[in-house]
Amino acid sequence: MSATSAEPEIAASARPTIGRGFRLQWEPAQQTHVLLYPEGMVKLNLSAGEIMKRCDGARTVREIVADLEASFGAADLARDVTAFMVFAVSKNWLVIGE
Amino acid sequence: MSSPAARVDPAPAAASAAVGPPLWLLLELTYRCPLHCVFCYNPTSFAQTTAELSTDDWLRVLREARALGAVQLGLSGGEPLLRDDLEVIVAQAHELGFYINLVTSGVGLNEPRIAALKKAGLDHIQLSFQDSTREMNDFLSSTKTFELKSRVAALIKQHGYPMVLNVVLHRLNIDHVAEILEMAERMHADYVELANTQYYGWAWRNRDKLLPSRAQLERAERVTAEFRARVGNKMRLFFVVPDYFETRPKPCMNGLGSIFLTITPDGTALPCHAAKMLPLEFPNVRAAGVDWIWRDSPGFNHFRGDAWMKEPCRSCPEKSKDFGGCRCQAYLLTGDAANADPVCDLSPHHHLVTEAVARAELPRVEEKPLLFFRDAKTSRAIS
Repeated sequence: MSATSAEPEIAASARPTIGRGFRLQWEPAQQTHVLLYPEGMVKLNLSAGEIMKRCDGARTVREIVADLEASFGAADLARDVTAFMVFAVSKNWLVIGE
Repeated sequence: MSSPAARVDPAPAAASAAVGPPLWLLLELTYRCPLHCVFCYNPTSFAQTTAELSTDDWLRVLREARALGAVQLGLSGGEPLLRDDLEVIVAQAHELGFYINLVTSGVGLNEPRIAALKKAGLDHIQLSFQDSTREMNDFLSSTKTFELKSRVAALIKQHGYPMVLNVVLHRLNIDHVAEILEMAERMHADYVELANTQYYGWAWRNRDKLLPSRAQLERAERVTAEFRARVGNKMRLFFVVPDYFETRPKPCMNGLGSIFLTITPDGTALPCHAAKMLPLEFPNVRAAGVDWIWRDSPGFNHFRGDAWMKEPCRSCPEKSKDFGGCRCQAYLLTGDAANADPVCDLSPHHHLVTEAVARAELPRVEEKPLLFFRDAKTSRAIS
């Protein structure tokens, strides 16, 4: 895997979506979102789950950040959200459409 | 079938008094199999199992396990395609919200069937190959299946499934890792598992013929690392190390009764797919619900926590990391399932592992070694 430092930044106009072969779902038994893929499963923490479930290929990063800020009464989330997305792209959890 | 090398990331908490959900459910739908692989982990006594669970039984198991929180589902065997109700089972599992993996030799996976399984909600397919060459693939599985498997690999991609290519490695094919990886790349596999043989079932019977030398293993690891650097994350590559060459045991199943639940063709519930060999009474889904089996049955509680441990595990600071290793391996090698896994160099039985590894260094004379092939006739003869 290439170093994450070499990954490009994700533009605010990009439209992230869940990577092929991955499935995001809410698990009542674990009270958490999980990401399912061949032979693996990632338990997402609260913020990762909230970000991922908004990545539907239709909304832009800018819209996702605005929605998160409104939903959680927070400000200046863009940097953290983008940093998570860069990480998620490096793991193929997310792919970026323009 | 090959040993499913399951991963959970991040690692769940160590076994405690609270019993978590059986996140991974493996249904071994049948022991029938067109292949006769010498490294199969199925019990050598499999031919004694005659009555498989009915469709309704399997559907009930799915509902009950899902209610407990099971989410990753493996459909395996034997060859699961030999069940003609496979599509019904997949459809029910999909409706319940399982992520469904078909673990198959590819035999019987034709165009109509692969389309029907897709429609039913199958998520991905793990296809086994025995080698990159027709000759060795067909010899090791005692069948002529190499061409068929190659066609099935193309079919899997055409139908848009993520494809996991699984190759069980051992002395007779580990020198072909470069060719195996090139084959995987040509087939556009999304994931490749190079799973060194784990020595249970038929593989245990054939252990001394299958264990590679250290030089073979190191070469294979080097080739794999080079390949991984070249392809990047286009293809996910897993190299399952053979634990005989380690000095600490694997955290087998994250501790028995922690996250894995296997149901064998006759309905026996096991905390690990190899656990049938253990001298414990394991419950059967024909007689009990999955909830009681998972939470309360003595068979599943026996190795939970660490009260069962002996020294050197009991006072070991690493016991919450590796849970004493594999109970089946402790039982097979030392005769006591509560002993430390002899892979650990703190185990007084570690010499049993190092002696087997030392034997693997000796030069071999035979061209094609005598192996026990996994078929019903041999099963009846040796068990």
